[in-house]
This record gives sequence, structure tokens and C-alpha cells, in this order.
Amino acid sequence: MKLRDIIRVVEGKVLTEGVNLDMEISCAAGADLMSDVLAFAKPNALLLTGLVNPQVVRTAEMADIAAIVFVRGKMPGPETIALAKEKGIPLIAAPYTMFEMCGRLYEAGMASCDLDTKQE
Amino acid sequence: MSQVPQITRIQELIYELPIERVMTKNVITVSPDTTMSELKEILRINRISGTPVVEGGRLVGIISIEDLIKALEKGDIHAPVRERMSTRIITVQANESVVEAVKKFAQYKVGRLPVVNEHGDLVGILTGGDITRGLLEAIGLDYHAEEISRYRARHIFEDIVSDQTGLILRYHIKPRDFTGGGSASSKIKRALDRLGAPPLIQRRVAIAAYEAEMNLIIHTDNGGELIAEIQPEVIRIVATDNGPGIADIEQAMQPGFSTAPNWIRELGFGAGMGLANIKKCSDSMKLESQVGVGTRLEIVIRIQPVMSSGNATRPSEGQEKQETS
Repeated sequence: MKLRDIIRVVEGKVLTEGVNLDMEISCAAGADLMSDVLAFAKPNALLLTGLVNPQVVRTAEMADIAAIVFVRGKMPGPETIALAKEKGIPLIAAPYTMFEMCGRLYEAGMASCDLDTKQE
Repeated sequence: MSQVPQITRIQELIYELPIERVMTKNVITVSPDTTMSELKEILRINRISGTPVVEGGRLVGIISIEDLIKALEKGDIHAPVRERMSTRIITVQANESVVEAVKKFAQYKVGRLPVVNEHGDLVGILTGGDITRGLLEAIGLDYHAEEISRYRARHIFEDIVSDQTGLILRYHIKPRDFTGGGSASSKIKRALDRLGAPPLIQRRVAIAAYEAEMNLIIHTDNGGELIAEIQPEVIRIVATDNGPGIADIEQAMQPGFSTAPNWIRELGFGAGMGLANIKKCSDSMKLESQVGVGTRLEIVIRIQPVMSSGNATRPSEGQEKQETS
């Protein structure tokens, strides 16, 4: 699914200008534990999270996550936004709860990032 | 993944590039005695739309296709250039930056600017097309330079021959520096990218290094050191500190076991998954610790040669499958 469609489905607002909205997202995952993200994330994945500190962007960088959606209208601080811009990782703020956000995306056909255990 | 830099790079180049780099050097000139009819042929043959007028080595005017059209309208085609040329000569200096020319083009609405050196001698001519071409070329060169530097980095291990060549990256990690956390791992990841390591390897090293870096930030008294030793076939990450040390290593290795304080948990860390994640990303891992002395964590990740079929199963996989989520 394209980032553009994801933003429409979650009614999100892009917080980092100059985003490539045609970027293709392979799967999505929701987590508030960064170690979980590091454990399951796949390259080109979308991360849904309620955390807004700079480490969310660092985690995304390490795990090759393509974009981050903040749930429940949470707004990251300037440090987080600056780091995301530097690393070229789009940040999106959206108004719904984690549950609703996942539901909307799943319904729209977004794939889930499967755990390694389910592969092979 | 950069989005805006193209524009800023062009802006930079407009200021950086001297006019002499983009101007046309072989200037076609005419003398004031050339007739307009001869000028017509010179413009046509050389496919240009104007030219400086030079007399005795000095720039005395400029004549363009517009002047020629006006002459044609008036039936003045046999008049000498001297009578039809514009003597209001706006020039630019060869060593000025392109931005000066851009300003003059905008201000005077001229189609071309003669370029002079510090002695006022005509050394070139500049049109909008020259600037566009020069910028495109400079961007191309920039891109090329970047490619070359990448190529060199990728081949560093082939260029430098020894029995065991390695690149050592050493970072001092400050305790409780949560905001800056991960910057060392980010630099390690970037170095691996420059060296041409496969993306999967970059990712495994980055995740393992990042968890180790966060451990130094969260748990140590005085911070520690994160060292990445990159060899052609193996990458070794070593994290060391001088305390407080781990009382029970076996327990620390259990997924979910954590001694992290609440504030760090609220930030999304300290769930007891760090060491498990590191183990999962590494080919081998060694954790040594003594309470009151310090801890040393060594992570080894092997770079396997790229295989044609997709059978790059990691040695650690298979054993480590339970510890996610």
C-alpha cells in the first residue's frame, strides 16, 4: 500500500515536509516497546506507535522502517521531528487509538509484519 | 532517502561556481566595421543570437539578432555594426560567482553577458543556456564524486592488503543520554553502508549495536565504550563498561527479565528484550560481567558471501525462535 493511501485511511497529517507519498509500504506493526519493533520489523514497514521520543526514530532507522504513524493525535517534540527529517523517515500524526488505527489499515488491506517464527 | 537537497544544492552551486567554469570560452566576435549583412551570416553559421564587438582588443559594444531585425526593417542591412550596436555594455568578471550573472540577467534583461578578466580583457561569453549546462555538469560531477567515494569505500579491503585488515570504530557512550542514544549505532550502520555491506547485515549489526548502546546508556554508572571492528568477513561489536556489573548473567539473558527503572520503560525500553534481540541478530555472543567491576559484551556477525539461491539461513536461527513479542 502506498503511504498516500495509508495517510488517507488513518486521516493522518504529515509532520515532516518533502515526503514521498508514493513510497510503497510492505507491512505494518503496532508497538510501544522499541525492542519489540527491533525484533519483528521488516524493511519498508510502517510503525504505529504511541511513543513520540527520538528513540522511536532511531529504532526505525536501525530496523529500516519506512514511516512512523503516531496514534491518538500524539505530537512528537522538535528533537524527534528533526531526527526524522535528517534520516528521511516520514512522521505522521493521526487522531485514532492504536486499536482503531490497526483496524482501519487491516480493513483497507494492509498486511501485518509477520514474526520471524512464522516464516519458512 | 533525501527529499529536498537537490534544490539547495543548486542554490549552493550558484554561489560556489565561478563564471569562468560555465562560460563559453571561444568567443566569436565581430569588428565595428563588419556589415550587418556579414553579421547575419556569422550568426547563422555559428548558430548564435548575438556577439560582442571588439576593436583593437577592446570590447566596444554588443550586437544581437534583435539589432539585425531592426536593421532589416529599416533596410539598413549594409550598415556597419558600429551604427547598430549597443554600446551600453554590461559585463561580468570571470572570477565572480554565477549568482552575479543571474542577478545581472534579471536586472538588465539582456540575452548574453560578455565576461572580462581583471584587466578588462574579453575572455568569454555567458548566456542562460551556459549557466544551465554548467549547473547540470556540476551536479553530474558531484554525483560522480559521491559514486567514486562510495566505490573507494567499498573496495578499501581489496586496496589495503595485510594478513588481517580491520577497521575499528570506537564510540564513547554517555550514561543516561537518552536523547542522543543510538547515534553511535547510526554511524556504524552508515559506515557499513559506505563499505558496501549487504542490507541484511547492516540491519543485524545496527540492531545489535543499538541494543548494546542503549544498555550502556540505561544501566551503566559512567557510560562505556562501543567498538565496532569491521573485517571483510566478520563484524565484531564490543560494548564495555566499568559498572555496576550483572549479578546473574543467565537471568539477564532471559527474555523479559529487566532491571530497568520505570522512566526508561515509559520511553519504550527496558522490557528485558535487549540481550535476546542481540542474540537473535548475532552469530555468536559472549557476555562477561563482574559486579562492581564491569561488563563486556562481544557480538560477532559474519558476512556471508552473497549466494545465488536464497539459502542464507543464519546459524543462530532455529534456536532463537521463541523470543519475540
